[in-house]
Amino acid sequence: METNLRASERLVRKSRKLSLKNPERNGKIVVYTAAFLTVVATLAVTVFLAQRGLQSFYMSDINPLEFFTSTNWNPSGDNPTYGALIFIFGSLAVTLASAVIVAPLGIGAAIFMTEIAPSWGKKVLQPVIEILVGIPSVIYGYIGLTVLVPFIREQVGGSGYSLMAGIVVVSVMILPTVTTLSADALNRLPNGLRSSSYALGATRWQTIRRVLLPAAIPGLLTAVILGMARAIGEALAIQMVIGNTELLPGSLLDPTATMTTIITLNMGHTTFGSAENNVLWTLGLILLAISYLLVMAVRFLGARRKI
Amino acid sequence: MKKHAFMMLVGVVMLTVLAACGGGNGEEASGEVDSTNDEDAEATGGDSDSLTIAGSSAMQPLVGAVAEVYQEENPDASIDVQAGGSGAGLSQVSEGQVDIGNSDLFAEEEDEINADELVDHRVAVVGMGPVVHPDAGVEDLSQDELIDVWRGEITNWSELGGEDQEITLVNRPDSSGTRATFVDFALEGEEPAEGITEDSSNTVRQIVSETPGAIGYLAFSYFDDSISSMSVDGVEPTPENVQTGDFPIWAYQHSYTNGETEGLAQDFLDFMMSDEIQDTLVPEQGYIPVTQMEVERDAEGEETPVE
Repeated sequence: METNLRASERLVRKSRKLSLKNPERNGKIVVYTAAFLTVVATLAVTVFLAQRGLQSFYMSDINPLEFFTSTNWNPSGDNPTYGALIFIFGSLAVTLASAVIVAPLGIGAAIFMTEIAPSWGKKVLQPVIEILVGIPSVIYGYIGLTVLVPFIREQVGGSGYSLMAGIVVVSVMILPTVTTLSADALNRLPNGLRSSSYALGATRWQTIRRVLLPAAIPGLLTAVILGMARAIGEALAIQMVIGNTELLPGSLLDPTATMTTIITLNMGHTTFGSAENNVLWTLGLILLAISYLLVMAVRFLGARRKI
Repeated sequence: MKKHAFMMLVGVVMLTVLAACGGGNGEEASGEVDSTNDEDAEATGGDSDSLTIAGSSAMQPLVGAVAEVYQEENPDASIDVQAGGSGAGLSQVSEGQVDIGNSDLFAEEEDEINADELVDHRVAVVGMGPVVHPDAGVEDLSQDELIDVWRGEITNWSELGGEDQEITLVNRPDSSGTRATFVDFALEGEEPAEGITEDSSNTVRQIVSETPGAIGYLAFSYFDDSISSMSVDGVEPTPENVQTGDFPIWAYQHSYTNGETEGLAQDFLDFMMSDEIQDTLVPEQGYIPVTQMEVERDAEGEETPVE
């Protein structure tokens, strides 16, 4: 049978016409190089960040215990202290709270797009959401600064620059990511599941609730976790609305700071090799470690996906 | 599977090499200062038509504008002015990565920088003053009142005869040169209480103009109708008052070179200090000509009359 020939044999005649001697081998070199460079880039970033980030502890003699548990942050004072707990808390609070807000909204919108109004959803909602994904984060931050912050100040209270403003801005930013990935997860489900459920007399809601959602759960969780990965790395938009105050927030209306905002605010002002600069690299290393954990969670969920 | 193992092996080898390189660079930066200097001298001598300037983002517009005029008059010269922050500028010029490092702090104030190697060229003066939301109702503070406001001991403008509005502090990051200047010369070294923290002057101005009761500090060039500037001890924040030494909150804009310079770098710095630039472009960009200062200041903040 013609179709049972291996690709390399089918291409034999064509390959002679090409000027390059062995396109089969050349192609292999190109893709292997691409794969190799990707791996090297990732590893290089990790090694570099680990080397710089750990300098705080072995060169600047900062106590790791103090770094992770103290809220006393004053790297440029006469008696510098390096307690980063406020920023670690701030980053985690923004990420987890926005995930809790966005998960039901994103999955709900995805169900609407895929199950309730598939044709309308694909034609209108999907492109709209894809545009939302592409809006640069500085735009979200600027709208947050000029619309959301005054709104919170006048309607809810406080100065407006608050943990709440940060959570809302990040939620809006990751909503399209979570929605798109959730819709993909639902679309991947075999149609047989729906047909069988309807054939058994289930209503549309019963089908969604009892059959489709449970089957899609690994994919839906992956969508939420990838949204969280975007949230934890977001700096610019949060920096404009969260206030960047080095205090643990007592309520949602208090300003606070995250690891990313402290890095972006201070990186340019500090000199290389100083303790002030090293602690910023350490914050970067923590961010990388968190995103590694999130990616590992995604891989784990992916492995559990049965359908 | 053998191929995969091989790729992994190559990856690990590459990684080790990379890590070794990283370690080597670190040592070079801290130890072999002399050789870096020689290389730098050769580099600038060999290619005299190009100049790389980096550092303070506050100075970038001024230096960029001067570079543009210079290049119009000397079409052969190519000058690249980057902004990355004062700390980065000082680090890069000490390591010989750039020809001129701009900083709004004295190099002596940064522990990691060997200030003896660097030559200070004071190219302009920037005046700064406290600014408040226009509705606060207070336009003049004594220095003691200003310190009490910033230390968080006065929390409402009504205590100072203004409107009944809570005071919101708008700070700069710990490591910022603008903050250091304000703390040293407006607050007599007292560390301000925690408040909203933003790095960019435009953002600070927007926050102060939109948040009732907000107070921040800005360079004179950022003063406009959306905020009100404050007098300190009855002295208005004007360039004239800075020149005479009556208004204390100002800082030099430093251009540092690594050792004595010649060729293009020296010619450019001479051009910057010429009356042509000091009397036109410097005030146009919102700075105070260093040539017209009647007082001068050393790295310890001691002020003396000129000549």
